[in-house]
Amino acid sequence: MKKVYARPKSLRKVPMHYCPGCGHSVIHKLIAELLDEMKLRGKSICVPPAGCAVLAYNYLDIDMVEAPHGRATAVATGLKRVRPKNLVFSYQGDGDLAAIGTAEALHAANRGENITVIFVNNAVYGMTGGQMAPTTLPGQKTTTSPAGRNSRVEGPPIKVCEMLSGLENTAYLERVAVNTPANIRKTKKAIQKAFEIQQKNIGFTLVEVLSPCPTNWRMDPLDSCKWIDEVMSKTFPLGIVKEVKC
Amino acid sequence: MKKGQVKIDTQFCKGCRFCIEYCPKGALVLSGKLNAKGYRVVEFLKDKNCTGCATCALVCPEAAIEVYRD
Amino acid sequence: MPWFARKQRLRCIVTKQLMYGTHAVGEAAIRAGCTCYFGYPITPQNELPEYMSARLAQIKNGVFIQAESELAAINMVLGASVAGARAMTSSSSPGISLKQEGISFLAGSELPAVIVNIVRGGPGLGNIAPAQSDYFQATRGGGHGDYRTVVFAPASVQEMADMTYTAFDVADTYRTPVMLMGDGMLGQIMEPVTLPKAKKKLSEKKYILTGARGRPARLIKSLILDTKEMEDHNWKLMRKYQRIALKETRFEGFQMENADMVVIAYGTAARIAKGAIKRLHQENKNIKVGLIRPVTLWPFPVKAVQDAAKQAKDFFVFEMSSGQMVEDVRLALEGSRPIHFYGRPGGVVPSPAELARNIARYYYQSKRRRKR
Repeated sequence: MKKVYARPKSLRKVPMHYCPGCGHSVIHKLIAELLDEMKLRGKSICVPPAGCAVLAYNYLDIDMVEAPHGRATAVATGLKRVRPKNLVFSYQGDGDLAAIGTAEALHAANRGENITVIFVNNAVYGMTGGQMAPTTLPGQKTTTSPAGRNSRVEGPPIKVCEMLSGLENTAYLERVAVNTPANIRKTKKAIQKAFEIQQKNIGFTLVEVLSPCPTNWRMDPLDSCKWIDEVMSKTFPLGIVKEVKC
Repeated sequence: MKKGQVKIDTQFCKGCRFCIEYCPKGALVLSGKLNAKGYRVVEFLKDKNCTGCATCALVCPEAAIEVYRD
Repeated sequence: MPWFARKQRLRCIVTKQLMYGTHAVGEAAIRAGCTCYFGYPITPQNELPEYMSARLAQIKNGVFIQAESELAAINMVLGASVAGARAMTSSSSPGISLKQEGISFLAGSELPAVIVNIVRGGPGLGNIAPAQSDYFQATRGGGHGDYRTVVFAPASVQEMADMTYTAFDVADTYRTPVMLMGDGMLGQIMEPVTLPKAKKKLSEKKYILTGARGRPARLIKSLILDTKEMEDHNWKLMRKYQRIALKETRFEGFQMENADMVVIAYGTAARIAKGAIKRLHQENKNIKVGLIRPVTLWPFPVKAVQDAAKQAKDFFVFEMSSGQMVEDVRLALEGSRPIHFYGRPGGVVPSPAELARNIARYYYQSKRRRKR
């Protein structure tokens, strides 16, 4: 028998601290597989977020620099401008990108900075214990919206891909999910496409990944995968939101 | 149909059951065993005609599964 | 092409030029090997981003971004610094407040950077007149955590250029953020400047991120969850700051021979003080007043002040603020000498004559007090 799948080399052989069923682990694994397959491991520099994935540098075996909360796109901008031949990507959650970091994300996208943003959307603030995020769904109960998010008071959830799609220099924006085998395959293809577009210097790329957070959704891992299909993707539809053809 | 086999690194398994749910052959089950972290780990059943499709490895968040095929 | 960029193209050989303080900072930065500038408009330093936008387009690998905020700018500096470039940002008081988190991160991650503050009246929106009210912000934090920022305080356009040039070297040598603190007046006046020679080669940096091909992956961070490790890291930083204090403290003594009262002032306040002291010495040969001008605000020239206390009987601290550096003077003297404070906050720039009157008044008051 020959081995047809093994742990990617770019994923260090250490147990990850994420909860059982967490989408971060899956996404890290996909990125590591792509770094191996596309031979990008020696060329890549990642900017992880403040959030559960702050410890991403323990798992992905590439050059990494920590940024203040929300500023990963700004740090990635400075990095890529100095090192345009490297693959530079930020990895951010919904607080990092859609709350505190929205200005930096929007302006990096508007300038068309040649970076990739992996945006992990799990509709909640994970690391700090499950508070409401800009992407929390209406009616969703969190520790700071105990009665359920009220769109009239807290505003409806922000759709980052749609928001950025109006900017000319964004080259590729797709929303995917990691809750089923089919979706996981699509996520890997999307991230691959984003990396390829960056290598061709076409413009700003962002892949929004709907990701289960069983702990803060108060569900078991399999139910949280179902919730993405049945509820979350109704507000955040999967698919390509923008793709510049060239 | 190819024959397949799967090896699970139980120290990495967190018992999330994604692999169990998506295995088309039902070849993975929760064992009674706990690993050092206290998670109930998954075990592979040899007699369920695993084809080495690697769906389990695809969904496993911890990259705890190695897949072999003829 | 803006007129100052055209001028630099023609005058690439070192000559004496008449320059704005802000332009002198920009040109010195470029000659020091700075290739990246990230900034945001705020008065009274707008001329610096404007200068950099034109000049960086002329040099190889020059990067200029007018960022969406001062906050974004300091983080772009972090990214450029970790990539190995000499990077700079500038702002004025309220914008420097926005940069504090970034400066703390630079210090904790041990990354070099140069931050220029052209101080204006505050607090809050304040005004656009020159002030010295950011001393605490610069030397006591103003970001979170146990760190120190090296702070240079120029007092002329020549020093704006020279200290910018030095700041990049200090930042790289010690892997730490360095601040150049001018004020609205220094930023806006024009004075003759002899510019430093352009650096030909910069030393290699072994910690920067270039992609991990052929070597182990590098990590630049400031998060240390283990408390023992964090404590060790903090003490390591403190040892670095001790080395900086030993080697990089700078000050100027002016007319200190036989001074029995010492004025302490920095930057524009020191220029006014020099003018005041010259007047006093012209008017009265018996008045013996000298000036200690701190050139680094951190590290503060503690020893120079303590040495002066061996001879001088009184100290007169003058700041264009409601009193911030005076606390460092009190700390240095430890109650051994009386200190008089004279301050004009809010962007007021007093004349040398006014300051001279105040110095004289205190001088004679102290003399009478001692005779009793």
